[in-house]
Amino acid sequence: MTNSFNISRLLLLFACIFAGIGTSVAYANDHEGEKLDVKEIIFEHLGDGYGWEVPFVHQYRIPLPVIVRANDGSWHSFSSSKLTELVETENIETGKIEHHLVSVPVKIEDGDKVYTFYLSKSESHKNKVVQLLPVDDASSSVAAIDAEQELPEYIWVDGGHYLEYRPFDISITKNVLALLISAIVVTLLMMCVVRWYKKNPMKAPRRGSGFLELIVEFVYDGVIKNTLGKRASKFAPYLLTAFFFILVMNLLGLIVIFPGGANLTGNIAVTIVLAVLTFLVTNIKGNKHYWKEIFWPDVPIWLKCPLPIMQLIEIFGIFTKPAALCVRLFANMMGGHMIVITLILLIFIFGAFGMAAAGGVTVVSLIFTIFMLLLDVLVSFIQAYVFTMLSTIFISLSTEEHEAGHAEASGMHERETHDSERKQIQSA
Amino acid sequence: MELFTPDFGLIFWMFIAFALLFLALKKWAWPVIIKSMDDRAELIDKGVEYARDAKEQLDGARKEAQKYIAEAQKQQAEILRDAARIKTQIIDEAKTQASLEAKKVMDAAKLSIEQSRKEAELQFKNEVSKFSIEIAEKMIRKQMASDGAQVELVNKLLDEIEKN
Repeated sequence: MTNSFNISRLLLLFACIFAGIGTSVAYANDHEGEKLDVKEIIFEHLGDGYGWEVPFVHQYRIPLPVIVRANDGSWHSFSSSKLTELVETENIETGKIEHHLVSVPVKIEDGDKVYTFYLSKSESHKNKVVQLLPVDDASSSVAAIDAEQELPEYIWVDGGHYLEYRPFDISITKNVLALLISAIVVTLLMMCVVRWYKKNPMKAPRRGSGFLELIVEFVYDGVIKNTLGKRASKFAPYLLTAFFFILVMNLLGLIVIFPGGANLTGNIAVTIVLAVLTFLVTNIKGNKHYWKEIFWPDVPIWLKCPLPIMQLIEIFGIFTKPAALCVRLFANMMGGHMIVITLILLIFIFGAFGMAAAGGVTVVSLIFTIFMLLLDVLVSFIQAYVFTMLSTIFISLSTEEHEAGHAEASGMHERETHDSERKQIQSA
Repeated sequence: MELFTPDFGLIFWMFIAFALLFLALKKWAWPVIIKSMDDRAELIDKGVEYARDAKEQLDGARKEAQKYIAEAQKQQAEILRDAARIKTQIIDEAKTQASLEAKKVMDAAKLSIEQSRKEAELQFKNEVSKFSIEIAEKMIRKQMASDGAQVELVNKLLDEIEKN
């Protein structure tokens, strides 16, 4: 049984590898004349986008709504498919037809005004939607200047010079959609567990919901309850939501095709929000003792009185703790994605050196990719766990109960526990 | 670096998504899940405790039952012994009664046998005396057939009367 299973797994692996060799060689043959822009591809996969790429067809994207606020305060919404156009060009050297997506301006007429939006190619707003503000012919001499001439502040689009204005942009981008999908997935998973409880009160869930319950219990009993004790039920909803949201976002990011593949937790905007939420919970719920520790800590007086050295360090610490949370999650997940995409790109880079090189590199890089993806599954879980654990410890430190009666007697002991908790944070 | 500059739109949507998810799960999911888990744990704890109690009670009951059984066996043995004793007693009594009765019957039988023997003897005696009288009569008749003998007898009888 296990033997045949192993064999079938091996066969599958080899099938994957040979399919990889086939495509890579085919790609290398197809795009012989083209130069591979490695940096561009990596950043495209790591970053956000106005459409969602579908497997096997690079030219087509799933259109998503673009929602922007123009410079005069009016809101505009249009499909992201309007921002690009498929252009066929014939390669002069090879004679093959090549397809490219070219950015085109979108003109929206609203009454007598015309708003023009454009997927920017400039350095400052690369791959973001910008509003094009036409240069006033009367006030400027720019229009008269030759089109070929490059002007620093203006861009040349569609036979005219324009100023780029980055509008207030709340488009449903690839990452936003992935975010919403993750939220829905988490809701569905948890509702699945809840439904089991409603249907079978007092019975242990089976299979999927049993596994979910195991994870909930692992986080709730193992981390939240252990650290927060009586306060667990108060903060558990936030911590559990954060854990499962991060976990699902991490794991969905590892799935390559449509509902997944967005580098969500490897995007600093997402991790900043999570860190800010922990920061808010920690400081809003922080009690008197927490603030006393910051502004008047138990240290020799010369450390805090004439010069507020300790206070400065403590206040700095308030912000570094969530910042570390933010950067840790971001860097770990982005690193994982970057390694995987780079390993895959190696195939195409070496594709230029001929069949043998491409084939060899394909085998090696696919094996490493599979290994990295498996490692990323582990990292996904660990990072979600670490984020939750550290948030729990920060909240626990700021809301710790201190009875006035034995403050002095237990002062030493408390300081010890503080120290041990701090050490735990540092080691994590 | 574009990777390190957070995009406002994404922050906005992330905040909304997280807030909605948090509110939904806080309202409908976490309390139910945590409560169910706690309730179940409590139920299992109670069940274990109940089982332990039940086992203890069962052990107690078993011990008691064994005690009762032992007692009953003791009683049974006693009763059996009593029964055996009573049995032999009854048998003995019956035996003596029977022998007494038998003796009575025998005595009565002996008595009646004696009586009938006596009667028979009496009858026999009577018969014998009758026969002897008849024999004597016949002999006397024969002897008294001559006159001389009769006179002699009368004389003799007269002598005897005279002597008296």
